[in-house]
Amino acid sequence: MVAQLTALERTYAAIILVVVICVGVAMAVVGRGDLLAVHGWIVAAYGMAVMVVLLRGIDASEPWEERFREYYDDPTRVGIILSLIWGVIAMAVGVWVAALLAWPDLTFDAAWASFGRLRPVHTSGVIFGFGGNALIATSFHVLQRTTRARLPDQLSPWFVLLGYNLFCVMAATGYFMGMTQSKEYAEPEWYADLWLVVVWVVYFLIYIRTLARRREPHIYVANWYYMAFILVVAILHIVNNLAVPVSIGHAKSYALFSGVQDAMTQWWYGHNAVAFFLTAGFLGMLYYYLPKRAGRPIYSYRMSIISFWGITFMYMWAGSHHLHYTALPHWVQTLGMVFSLVLLVPSWASAGNALLTLNGAWHKVRDDAVLRFMMLAAIFYGIATFEGSFMAIRAVNSLSHYTDWTVGHVHAGALGWVAMITFGSLYALVPWMWKRPALYSAKLVEVHFWLALSGTVVYVFSMWNSGIIQGLMWRTYDQNGTLAYSFLDTLVAMHPYYIARTFGGLLFLAGAVVAFYNVWMTISRPAPIDEGAAADLPVEPPAPRAWAQAGE
Amino acid sequence: MSFDHDTVTAFAKSFGLFYLVAMSIGVVIYAFWPANRKQFDRAAKSIVSDDEDRPWL
Repeated sequence: MVAQLTALERTYAAIILVVVICVGVAMAVVGRGDLLAVHGWIVAAYGMAVMVVLLRGIDASEPWEERFREYYDDPTRVGIILSLIWGVIAMAVGVWVAALLAWPDLTFDAAWASFGRLRPVHTSGVIFGFGGNALIATSFHVLQRTTRARLPDQLSPWFVLLGYNLFCVMAATGYFMGMTQSKEYAEPEWYADLWLVVVWVVYFLIYIRTLARRREPHIYVANWYYMAFILVVAILHIVNNLAVPVSIGHAKSYALFSGVQDAMTQWWYGHNAVAFFLTAGFLGMLYYYLPKRAGRPIYSYRMSIISFWGITFMYMWAGSHHLHYTALPHWVQTLGMVFSLVLLVPSWASAGNALLTLNGAWHKVRDDAVLRFMMLAAIFYGIATFEGSFMAIRAVNSLSHYTDWTVGHVHAGALGWVAMITFGSLYALVPWMWKRPALYSAKLVEVHFWLALSGTVVYVFSMWNSGIIQGLMWRTYDQNGTLAYSFLDTLVAMHPYYIARTFGGLLFLAGAVVAFYNVWMTISRPAPIDEGAAADLPVEPPAPRAWAQAGE
Repeated sequence: MSFDHDTVTAFAKSFGLFYLVAMSIGVVIYAFWPANRKQFDRAAKSIVSDDEDRPWL
């Protein structure tokens, strides 16, 4: 991998790594006595680990000029593997936290294993570790193919991929130590947030620089989705994380906003993280890999443009539906509710577009589990967006809010839509990236498909039951006008569903492990010898025959 | 005109309506403009029909 970098890029990489290591050590020094120091050492160790990889290949010969005739896919390959590793770990933690709710003793009396610390490891791990790495890996792939241009250089994609994973590592380790800003999906503290801004700006610049070099004049719709994802996540991240650290040597910070403004900012961020991280980016995947795998152009390109602008401009206003019946002004709540309902139009336009693309190719969906993953993703996308719009209605929200119904809804989207489209896209991408004729085992993809589908269904149905029971028990009054059920009564009622949910999650995790094994076997088996390529090799000179020797 | 809560709210409630409606109409016109049809069709087909996986030089 280092051999693909030019000598100048290797020098720049070394300089960047020295700076990272120095910053890590500086954090460790100024933050001594504080958890900041632990993170400082982690940063320094991470920088040194990457430095070792760099130094081992530093004296490799310069990459040949012919590289400009190829796309640059090394970061995509590493991103795919990182995504699957994060996926397996974070989903395993997810099963653990699900089990904790059913059997609270599973913390084993360790502070780091308490629910409040494990839960963000699960959420950040699946969203940012699994989803984020998949988005970075696929975006580099799609960007190059649709613009017919190679990435502008070989260093910046590595900076983005490895820098982003450093952020993910800091996030997860921080949670274990009890560090949090207490903002959902934005828990990492100020220094990690600042680092992510740097990484993210470089990510956006890669996109812009590649587009500037594009050979294909039209910018394919998937790129618009990826760009919206990158740009809006940058805006959301910066605004929601505005905070004042206690001191430069202290990990703790205080948010710039307070009260209802803080809540509104957080849910403007939180809902748009769903919209632009978990939707726009993955729609970019859908609009490239689904038509590609099906071998059919997208049903309506015009509809994809209309849904793009609909999603981009309307999602921005939907966040306040997380704050129904709070101190937030009533009209702002109504605004969020109305935009959530209108959002159904662009959402279903995308889901319908995907399914109509497959219309006429159902035999492929039947035979090819990879394509079936993508089809299922589109179906769940349609279901989850419908459910989301419905739950945003104030009266419905009065039943669903703060209950497990919300958890079920999120997982219908996260397991059914995000993870399915990711697995489908990665399965399609792996043979292309490692130049293999097919995956190691199509049967295992089939096994994974049914594990994922049954896991999702078990999970979502148990949470629907649990959530609605919980919501109804909370609002049941007896003849005297007092609550009929205590909090403990609701827990007892929910317990069987919590066990079922853990089982559903376990099925889904088993599927992810199967996926990792399948991809690993695909990569690690030697590439088959291409029959066609044999003709292109120089023919070995025929051995001189005895009867043709000179002097005869 | 004072820059108080009510003024900002009134502006947000009215202006927001007009620019979002205008933008929606603009997007629909762009998507359905007859001259754009050809490039949209070509773009949709281009990702499916690329035979060689190389950048164009």
